[in-house]
Parts: sequence; structure tokens; C-alpha cells
Amino acid sequence: MVNVSDSKNYKVIGTNPIRHDGYDKVTGRAVYGADIKLPGLIWASIVRSPHAHAVLKSVDTSAAEKVDGVFAVMTGKDLPHLADSWIDHGEGTENVAWSSENIMATKKVLYKGHAVAAVAAKDRYVADYAASKIKVEYEELESVTNVEDATKEGAPILLEDLVGDHIGKKVEKTNIASVTRHEFGDPDKAFQDAEHVVERTFTLQMVHQGYIEPHNATATWDEEGRVKVWTSTQGAFPVRTSTAAILDMDVSKVKVTPLEIGGGFGGKIPIYLEPVCATLSKKSGRPVKAVMERSNVFQASGPAPGGTITVKMGTDKNGKLIAADTSIKLEAGGFPGAAVGAAVQCIFAPYEIANTRIDGYDIVVNKPKSAAYRAPGSPQAAFATETVVNELADLHGMDPVDFRLLNASKEGTRRADGVVFPVIGNEEVLDAAKASDHWKSELGTPMKGRIRGRGVASGYWFNVGLKSTVNLTVNTDGVVALVEGSTDIGGTRTSISMQAAEILGIPATDFRPTVGDTETAGYADVTGGSRTTYATGFAAVKAAENLIEVLKERCSIIWSLDKQDIDFENGTFFATKDPELKFTFKQLAANLDSTGGPAASSGSVDLESAGGAFGTHIVDLDVDPDTGKTDIVRYTAVQDVGTVIYPAYCRGNIQGGVVQGIGWGLNEEYFMKDDGSQANTSYLDYRMPTALDMPNIDVIMVEKPNPGHPFGVRGVGEVPICPPIAAIGDALHDALGKRFYDAPMKPGRILNVLGKISD
Amino acid sequence: MATDKIHVKTTINGRPEEFLTDPYVSLLDALREIVGLTGSKEGCLDGNCGACTVNVNGRIVDSCLVLAAEVDGQKVETVEGMASADGLHPLQQAFLEEAALQCGICTPGFLVASKGLLDNEPNPSEGRIRHWLAGNLCRCTGYENIIKAVKKAAENS
Amino acid sequence: MQPFAYSAPTTLEEAVEILDKHGEKARPLAGGTDLLVQIRGGRFDLDTVVDIKKIPELNEISNGNDELVLGAAVPCHKLYDDPSISKSYPGLIDAATLIGSIQIQSRSGFGGNLCNSTPSADGIAPLIVHSAVANIQGKSGSRSVPVEDFCTGPGSNVLGKGEMLVSITMPNKGDKFGAAYERFIPRNEMDIAVAAVGASIMLDSNGKIAEAKIALASVGPTPIFATKASESLKGKEPNEAAFKEAASIAKSECSPIEDMRGTADQRKHLVEVLTERMLIKSLERIGG
Repeated sequence: MVNVSDSKNYKVIGTNPIRHDGYDKVTGRAVYGADIKLPGLIWASIVRSPHAHAVLKSVDTSAAEKVDGVFAVMTGKDLPHLADSWIDHGEGTENVAWSSENIMATKKVLYKGHAVAAVAAKDRYVADYAASKIKVEYEELESVTNVEDATKEGAPILLEDLVGDHIGKKVEKTNIASVTRHEFGDPDKAFQDAEHVVERTFTLQMVHQGYIEPHNATATWDEEGRVKVWTSTQGAFPVRTSTAAILDMDVSKVKVTPLEIGGGFGGKIPIYLEPVCATLSKKSGRPVKAVMERSNVFQASGPAPGGTITVKMGTDKNGKLIAADTSIKLEAGGFPGAAVGAAVQCIFAPYEIANTRIDGYDIVVNKPKSAAYRAPGSPQAAFATETVVNELADLHGMDPVDFRLLNASKEGTRRADGVVFPVIGNEEVLDAAKASDHWKSELGTPMKGRIRGRGVASGYWFNVGLKSTVNLTVNTDGVVALVEGSTDIGGTRTSISMQAAEILGIPATDFRPTVGDTETAGYADVTGGSRTTYATGFAAVKAAENLIEVLKERCSIIWSLDKQDIDFENGTFFATKDPELKFTFKQLAANLDSTGGPAASSGSVDLESAGGAFGTHIVDLDVDPDTGKTDIVRYTAVQDVGTVIYPAYCRGNIQGGVVQGIGWGLNEEYFMKDDGSQANTSYLDYRMPTALDMPNIDVIMVEKPNPGHPFGVRGVGEVPICPPIAAIGDALHDALGKRFYDAPMKPGRILNVLGKISD
Repeated sequence: MATDKIHVKTTINGRPEEFLTDPYVSLLDALREIVGLTGSKEGCLDGNCGACTVNVNGRIVDSCLVLAAEVDGQKVETVEGMASADGLHPLQQAFLEEAALQCGICTPGFLVASKGLLDNEPNPSEGRIRHWLAGNLCRCTGYENIIKAVKKAAENS
Repeated sequence: MQPFAYSAPTTLEEAVEILDKHGEKARPLAGGTDLLVQIRGGRFDLDTVVDIKKIPELNEISNGNDELVLGAAVPCHKLYDDPSISKSYPGLIDAATLIGSIQIQSRSGFGGNLCNSTPSADGIAPLIVHSAVANIQGKSGSRSVPVEDFCTGPGSNVLGKGEMLVSITMPNKGDKFGAAYERFIPRNEMDIAVAAVGASIMLDSNGKIAEAKIALASVGPTPIFATKASESLKGKEPNEAAFKEAASIAKSECSPIEDMRGTADQRKHLVEVLTERMLIKSLERIGG
């Protein structure tokens, strides 16, 4: 295995080759989910609930069936709808009964946009027209769209058969699916002894990942009873698992071909359309495609939960944190499964605190079933903790970075949910933030009429490992075909190939990486949890090491030597006892046909932990005290990334996460109407940042190698979205002298906190 | 759904094209489903993401907000027309070199929009580029590398 | 989506004939940037869309010494691409450069913006402060309506059955005139106004305000000509006190609602802030 300390000698790791899929993606040639064409293809359109909460009384499809060009119509009753059964995706479990009900309701609709029927027709326009002819009868119910309303006495119950687990106690007729508690030491006593205690309650709204490509799926159901799916997904194998479970068939009856994916950020792990298209295909005998409209991507996919978080933290007279207590209440949406478990793991992770208590609540509300969004649960948690930490630093008159350094978690620190940290880079990140040009610089002059402020905050994500497989085949020209099952959402074909290339001593450009379907690639869990470059990269390293062994055997045949007398270094195979006998990788490849034909290898991993990663962000912003308008004018993200494999994309990934976090902090939210529906279901009113809203994002990559990976890789993609909300709040405090406890910190809220408007 | 189809004669990426379309079909759908050019992407269907940006008669437009029937007699350019037998357009090359794409779904729209800028203003400032591209959403990159790529392409062309 | 037919008449008479025949079932298509979104959203039940861009007079811009005539189908970019327009009609240019994106500005124009008649229309308040008049053609003849009287409610206006907007005319008010338009949005582009204000000032030979106009958007059922605030400035020195007073009056002339884009109180507050800012900007532009 490669030693981490070799880092200075890497030839491929740390370089920026042109990504392998780049040419197809800049020419429009790349085939994304919605681009697939199949002979006889027809289009599906989904009928969705106009109500946030209602009993589904009846669905009359007869008028739609009569529309010219319609091939098939379905309702939720056409899905098997099994009893409760749980499947494990590695990152998160799924109750098939709920998933099936989420894909198409049979009993109740639990959010506006909940699917109730579907039509397949000759083209999309006819399908939409026919869908509008389906008559659905509802009995409207009172809706609840936030955690406070959902947990009030007498609140309408969403799921009659839900039995809540409230710290081990079974509770019926509840919207609280689970309550968990993690407690260490004696926080109540420690608070009594504390010099300063700050307790605040924070609210956040549901937000969307905002990927530009809408959900899509295309499926066939053939006479052999096999289902084939083409889709944009973060994991072809999990799509196979979910689709098979919902259609009540063995996984090997389903084949999933992942097409190029236009963003996901966690939101393209669950499925929505695949079983619908498959069922319509069974009924019509045609391949069926569906593409979600943007308004339904907002209303009926899997956004990130809002909620209410209370954080209480106490320090001793030296500013050392001695106690922390929190209650995290997150909205799951219509079915249980908010990211509260992850929030629990992250909320106090940057700090060493002896006495802690963390309560987590998973609460169902009449909103779409939430899904993962980049460090699920952690940005919400960081907004709360980091704001309180900044207040405590103020109370101690300490520099907020020094305060964090004094309290920083490090190797051996017990994370507040019990896990003991391995080697982590938290202190190194804080040191780098403190030493950064940005932190040391003057604030500078604000724009006319504006006030400038600076803020700082940290964030954490644990990063996951899980299962991956990589297969390698050597072509006779020395080029290596690499097949992997991790869908490539932003350059991982290359970051994975680079790791195998480093081992084999050949350039990354000598790789032809392919993301395979579920019948050509070895199993891989989702592209999520910041695991792909880490875990699939690890599998690539193993495959490359195995390939070297295969190739040594070929040398032994050619040279008639024992395999143990052959070694490999710097891309060259050589006989240890005869310096004349050597092959470069390419030379050996050219000799493969005479030594037994193609050389192939495989590597697979099932990794437990990835070693978490930390970030500390510094933001300068200009706020207009008369309008509440805020512009970010300077931003620096410092992050422990382990060993950097593909710097341009590592940096880009961090920049993208920061900008999503800025959007979350400033303007993005599900704005709910009184009837329980989302008001802002277009990009126009959802207000994601544009190119004109963002400054350049400076990135400082701190490399603290992960000893659990051959090159020291840690996950990168999720940490950067965690600090921005709190950092923006801190900068607004610096500018305006007021703390913000509610996100987003939109102009109206700023004017309200300043006392300039009433509501 | 009975409407007479419309015969559209147009020029797409320099080549004459003729097709029949239903009158209510958007230019985006006509390009993708009738002509077979799927490089232009659907993101929102309401003119707020720019993923479907194409050039009609020298001006960039959101092709989801144009009826296919309207381009009869017009000149349409899409991302598929940017590269030539000589290789990539300088913008395409710069996007690759500057890591200006991650998932790549917004890339065709950004490329066509950026070309629309550089065709008329060979040396735009960073502020001008950011303003021009405000109608194109990217959710992966945070925009910085896209802006750098456009600047680089301007310098190289 | 309800299927519809497409027609592209080449004369005004032909267009009016089709619109008259189909009534509520037909809509003119200029830039289409609102219309196609509305059709997809199920707002209209149409059987025909009438593309008016092939009618020559609807595409004309005539920038004479005395007035500017904008054809109803002229897209925004044609205004800012013509430097001679920005000198005399700066409020118009402010709006033309901020409506939608560059892509949208290739298609959308003031005519469509006016006929779409949304309370938040970025094109209408600038037209009001430039004293614009809407020229309408119907089957039985033509008529002209001041732009401030054009809209009658959210999405509704004075156009009768078979009537269509042909052009918009506004006077060139010379060197002693300045105008400006700004909307407040949380981002820097691509938003609908939370509140917006257009203003214009014309000075007399003594440097006093001969005429001022203030128009508001997104703070009532239609764009609002704030007549009291406008009148309050007449004959006054153009100074901070006068502008603040006008801003305060403008605030009382609006009647905003609360929705996802902002609260009523926020919008009233913004009207006051923006009115003062737009008056200052208008003044700065005089002779500039």
C-alpha cells in the first residue's frame, strides 16, 4: 500500500488533467437523463395533489383514456404497495411502504404536489393535456407545515399508523416519528458552574438543492418480466434496490443505466419516477419517459428540512466550553426521515466539551419528504452552534478564531454523540484561517450607503465510506479501461482514475473511465456523503495494486522467472536480479496477447469511516441599512481536505458549496402559504445566487492526510455548505450590532431586526 | 389536441433545416425532440435558468420561451454548432481548462450565452461578464471558474 | 397545456381581425416571455396565439426631435443598443437593462410589459414618468390612452375585444429633464420587484422644479402614478427636504399586499427610500 508520507513524489495526484468526460460536456454531446431516445418512446405526465393534506377519495381516469394519443393510465393502486419493510442504502434506510406511498398515493396526500395518477401518451404535450382530464376527489384536511404546529396538542395527524419512538417509548397518534438523546457528563451541573451561558433558539426554512437538471426517468418493462431504467441518479445500484422493492421484484430483474447527471447534492438519491414509468411501460408495451417540471421539482422532490434548533452553551472563566445542550427539531416532510441523525453527529463536533446533551426530533409535516442536501442537517446545526459560539467569544472579549482554537476538537476528543475522533484537521484549519490574508486584512471601505461587516464560522461533516468496486482492463496500447459504479456528478471519473494512474505510474490521460450500469459495473453505493473520491478511489487503488500482481505474472512468463523476482516501481516492471530485464507499462501491454491475453483486475472496498473534515469560513459583506440589501464582497473558505487529488475540482467543489450556503443564508427558503402550499415554486422567486451576486470565493486547502486512505483522501463536498449561514449572521452582527437567529437573513428580516419595519 | 402542423424552414448551425411541428411546441422541444439536438437543456421552462439558451439571429434567447414556429426563416445557433472540424471553440477549450463545469448541465447554456457576448464585445470586463451571464444559473461551481474561462477565451480569441 | 394554433399576420388589419374573431381565446405574442409561461401555467384557455412581430409598424422605433415612438413588439435590447435613446429617455433605459436576463431582453419589450399589466411590471412606471401614451388599434378605429390609465387591475387593462397595442409614444422633454427607475430586489438581477419607483424631474429656467413625476410598482393592484407626491414638488427647489417630503407622500399613495416577495410594511418603507433615491438620481441626470 502506498505510504501517505510519499506525497511529495506524486506524479499524477495533485495535477489538473482535462476531465475525461469534458469534451462531451462542452459540445452538448453528453447524454443526460432527459436526452435518452429509445425506439417507440412515449411520454408520461403525472397528476399531482393541489392540496397539502387530504384523503384521496377517488381517481377517475376515464376521460384521459379517451384522449387521442394516450397509451396508458395508472393510479397508485397499480403499484404493489407492500407492508412496512426496510432497505438499507448505506447512507440512510428507507421504508418501502412509505416510499411507495410517496411515489404515488393511495390513501392520503401529504403535501401539495403528491403524485396520485399518471398518463403515458405519444408526446409530452398530449400527456400533459390528458393528465389534466383526470378527475380526483379529495377530502381536505387541516395541514401543518412546520415543526411547532405539527407538535401542538390537537395537531392533525399525518400518518395514522405511525408509531413514534420517543427515546425508547412507543407513542401512537403522533407526528414525532422519533426522539433521540445523547448525553455525556452532567450538563445541568456544568451550566450552574459556568461563567457565561448563552441560550438561543433558531429557525430555518426548508430549502432545495436547486440542481439545474429536473428529475427524469425512462423505463421499459419487457415480456420476460425485466425492468430496464435509464435515469439521472447519484446511485444506479440504490435506484435498482428501490425500484425493485417498490415493484416487488428481485433486484436482478431490474437493470439501471445511469446517464449523465445534472446535479444532485443529495436530492438525486431517492427515486420518484422510475416505478411509474416502468408500470406505464408494462401497460403500454412502450418505453416511457418522464421529466419533472421545475415547479414539481420544488414541490414534490426531496428538499432539505427546516426546523427549530435551541442551543445552550456555557464556558468557564477562561473561555473554555464546559457544557452544551441542544434540541434539534427538523421537519421530515410527509414521511419520517429528516436528517436529524446527522445533525446530532455534527452539531458540537468542532468543539471539545465535557458535558453535553443532544436531543433530536424527526417530525412529519405537510411538505415534500425531505432528502439529503450536502451535509444533511449540518448547516442547520452549524447556524445555531456557531452563532452561540460567536456570542460567547464576544462575552469573553476573545477573538472568535482564538476562542475556537481554545476549544477545538482534536484527535482523541469525544464527539458529543460519543464517537472518538481519529486524526482530524480542525486546529490546522483554524490556524490557517487565523493566518489568512483575509483575517489579517482591514475591512476596507464599503459601497456607498452600505455598512461593511466581517463574520466567521466553522462547520463539520463526518464523511462516509461504504461500498465501491472498480474494474480495470489493460488495452494492448497501454491504455487502461476503468469501469466503476459511482455516478460522476462533477469530475470523479478523473479523480478516481488519477489514483489508479498514480499506482500504475502512467498518466491519467491513459485511462478510459466509464460509469457502468448495474450489470456491467461492480456494486457501488451512492455518490454522496463525500465518499466517491475517497471510497471509489480506494477501490481503484486496490484494483491497480491487483493489476500490478497480474502483470508481474505476465512478466514472469515472458522472462521465465519466478514472480517474486519481479518488482514494479515508477511505472516500470523489472527483474530484481537482472537489470536488463524491464518493461514499461506500455511495453508490457503490447506483449499481453502472447502471455494469455487481456489483463484485468478488480478492487472493492467496504469502508466504515472516512475521517471527518472541518472548515472555517470568513465573510465580508456590505449591508444597506435602509433596504436590508446584502452583498457578499469577500469570502474565504478554509478546509481540511486531506490529500488533494484533483485540485481544480476540489477547489471548485468547495466554492460551489459555499455559494449554496450563501444562498441559504441570504434568500433561499420555501415560502409557505396559509393553505400549506409553497408559494415560490420557480427559480424566479426561489432566488438562488446568480453570477452577479457572488464575489470570487478564495479557498485555502489544508492538507491533513486521512490515515485511513492510501493517499490520505478525506471527503470534500459537504463541509463547505455548513459554515456560511452562521458566518453571514456574524458579519451582519458586525455591521449592524444585531444578532440574527432566523434564516434566511433576507432584506425584510434585516429591516425588521433593525426596527425599521413592523413585521 | 387537433391542430394543423406548421412547416418550419430554418437554418440551424449554418445548415438549412426543415421540420413539421405542432404550433404549441417550443423551440427547445423542437430542437431536442424533432431535430434531434439535445445539447440545449431544459432546466425550468420559464426563462430563469438559461440552460436552454440558443442564439437566434445574433441574439441569445431562452429557447423554452420561443415557439418553434417563430424561427421560420431565422438563423438558430446551438451549442452543437460551436466546435468545428478545427477543434473546440476557444470558449469550450477554456471551460475545460478552467474547470468551469462540474455536473455540466448548465454548460451548453453558459457557452452559447458567453459566445453571444464575445461575438459582440471581444474584451468584456469581469463585471460585464457577470451581468451578461446573470440569466444562466449554475448550482455547482459558484461561477468563479466560469467567469475565468470566459475571460481566458476572450484573451485567446 | 391546452393546444393552440399559431398565426403570424403581416398587417395590423389582419391581426385585429383575428383578435376580434377569437376574443378571449386569442392573445398577441410579442416576446412571449410572459405569455408562454402563463399558457404553461394554465392561466389562459387559448385557441390561437397571434405572433405580431411580422407586422412592420410594430417593430419600428422612431426617435425624432420631439418624441419617441416605440412599436409594441420592439424588444428591450433595441433601446439600449441605441445611444441616442438613452440620452433623452434614461428612465426607460434603466428598465430595459433590468427586465429579466439578457436572453429575456432579446425578446421582451415595453409593449408586452404594458399589455401584461402586472402590478410589478418594470416597464410601466418608467413609461409613466416619461409621460408616455399608449396607441391602440381596434376594429372600429384607433385611440390613445395615457399609460397611467392603461392598467385597470392585476393582469387587466383597457384593451377591449379585438383591440391591440400598436405603439407607445413619449415626448422628448429636452435638456432640463432627468428620469430614473429602480426596483428593490434581494438579488442583483432576475427578480420581480419587491417595490419599485420611477421618477422624473424637469427644471425651469430658474432651476426650480417645473414638473415632477413619481410612479410606483409592486405596491398596489396596478402600477401607480403617485400624483400627490409628484404635485408636491412643483415649483420647489430640488433639494433634500423637498425630496424627503415627496418620498413620504409617495409612501402614503401606495397600497401594497403581503406575499412571498415582501410584507406590506416593507414595501411601503422601500417606496419611501427608493423615491428619494430616484429623485436624486433624476436630478443628477439633468444636463448630464
